[in-house]
Amino acid sequence: MSADAVSNSKRRFLVAATSVVGAVGAGFVAVPFVKSWNPAAKALAAGAPVLADISKLEEGQMITVEWRGKPVYILKRTDENLKVLESDVDMLADVNSDLSKQPEYCKNIARSYDAHKKISLMEGVCTHLGCAPTYVPDLNNPFAGSLGADWKGGFFCPCHGSIYDLSGRVYKSMPAPTNLPVPHHMFKSDTVILIGQDGSNA
Amino acid sequence: MEQKSNGLMGWIDARFPATKTWEKHLAKYYTPKNFNFWYFFGSLAFMVLVIQILSGVFLTMFYKPDTALAFQSVEMGIMRDVEWGWLIRYFHSTGASAFFIVIYLHMFRALIYGSYKKPRELIWIFGMLIFLVLMAEGFMGYLLPWGQMSFWGAQVIINLVNAIPFVGEGLSTWVRGDFVIGDATLNRFFSLHVAAIPLILVALIFVHIVALHEVGSNNPDGVEIKKNKDENGIPKDGIPFHPYYSVKDIVGVIVFLMFFSIVVFFMPEMFGYFIEHANFEPANPLKTPEHIAPVWYFTPYYSILRAVPSIAGSAFPGVIAMGASIVILFFLPWLDRNPVKSIRYRTGWYKILIVIFVITFIILGILGTLSPTNGRTLLAQICTVYYFAFFLLMPFYTKLEKNKTVPERTT
Repeated sequence: MSADAVSNSKRRFLVAATSVVGAVGAGFVAVPFVKSWNPAAKALAAGAPVLADISKLEEGQMITVEWRGKPVYILKRTDENLKVLESDVDMLADVNSDLSKQPEYCKNIARSYDAHKKISLMEGVCTHLGCAPTYVPDLNNPFAGSLGADWKGGFFCPCHGSIYDLSGRVYKSMPAPTNLPVPHHMFKSDTVILIGQDGSNA
Repeated sequence: MEQKSNGLMGWIDARFPATKTWEKHLAKYYTPKNFNFWYFFGSLAFMVLVIQILSGVFLTMFYKPDTALAFQSVEMGIMRDVEWGWLIRYFHSTGASAFFIVIYLHMFRALIYGSYKKPRELIWIFGMLIFLVLMAEGFMGYLLPWGQMSFWGAQVIINLVNAIPFVGEGLSTWVRGDFVIGDATLNRFFSLHVAAIPLILVALIFVHIVALHEVGSNNPDGVEIKKNKDENGIPKDGIPFHPYYSVKDIVGVIVFLMFFSIVVFFMPEMFGYFIEHANFEPANPLKTPEHIAPVWYFTPYYSILRAVPSIAGSAFPGVIAMGASIVILFFLPWLDRNPVKSIRYRTGWYKILIVIFVITFIILGILGTLSPTNGRTLLAQICTVYYFAFFLLMPFYTKLEKNKTVPERTT
């Protein structure tokens, strides 16, 4: 072959080989850039458990505690409220919380420890699009207008109107698909709750 | 300007296509002589871009992308302490809404005069990409003041990603860089908003204009002026962009700036539509505002999202519908089978379809700003069905049209 002759097959090979090597190289270089968007070590560390003191919490009251940047509702229910939880089952989408997120010990109607049935913990994060539902204990509340006269108390999400009952169980035909998640938690004493840890998990 | 071979211009032209570019894109770029009011919005969009870049560069000098400092740096620093900072900020916030007003009108112009049709399909596609990138720019920019609406608006939109089956949760954590919207999110949105997306935007606008100048502008009659050229190869119905339209567009700019100034100086929040009231409160991750709605330019798509009910406990169908409502616009050049471009020479009932489309789009936009009730959801569903039917049935009904005769020359 003379020096001037063109070998098209060699050219094709060289073009293909350099393109493939280039593309693979670009793919590998993309990894650190893509991975840099993952939660940084500091964000991961911020997931530590928090303590909540409920000694001043009266029946019918709710406090909000921040855990992993999310609001955690701690609600102390009345005996009256607990009765409602048994009777409202026809209106609920996931009565037994089969599709919802909660630790095994809270997979019951009250979604709480049996020993502390009145105390309910739930993440105040609507399962639809993550807004914080408002606690509407009774009809003396600015949100209560659309909830009807037989309202027995619960949560109303101001973003898209999802309604939950007093153990965070979502009503039927709501934008939100599942019940409010219950975080792992344990009672350090009758008045102190550790959120984010429960003996079974870290 | 003559092509010179001597003198300073001659020296430059031998090394850089200065005169050539000037003539190709301005002094000898022939544009149809029958442009009307609708043809102002392209150049106006370009001017709003300049306003946004100029004001944005200066805002970046005073803004602090840190969740602890961001709100203060805007509301205290820029709005009160920095000399004229309030004006620069209101230029930018009003400019954002003005950008969408101008772009929506620009797109509507393309819709009624068939500017997306052969040979301008790529111009339309580049334009749609500009629209998408602009929405990303607007969304990320809205997080930066770190007000209540910034936070909760981003919360709702990023949680849409969660609805994607299997990968959703991991993907939304990746986008946020944290398990909640926080410092990591604010910082990366800042970087994207001030550097990455504007670069992409400028590049897309460049190719949009290159493609336009390759095929030439459409016009209200939808006739190709290049089909009728005089002996010098100049379109008979064409006039050079400069000075004819450069001067005419300045008139448009002045009228636009009058409206722009009225908003900037007298109603910068535009009654809570350009800057929502809740955004004057710092972001509070523990408390959702009583009523949250996206900024007005996203509300039509947001309405479509809400109109679609959850299926099997997943909000994914709504997300798909919202995405599809924008993706479908990319296919407009192939959905419309009528060879006639301008609405002037198409059937009367097609005009009615367009009018109804505009009305449904506005209704969707209004509904998106309101909290949903049963009646409103039903109305949004009806409008959503019309929105999709308008486009999806286009291949069928555009074939049935009885067109009028399209003139040979512009009128």
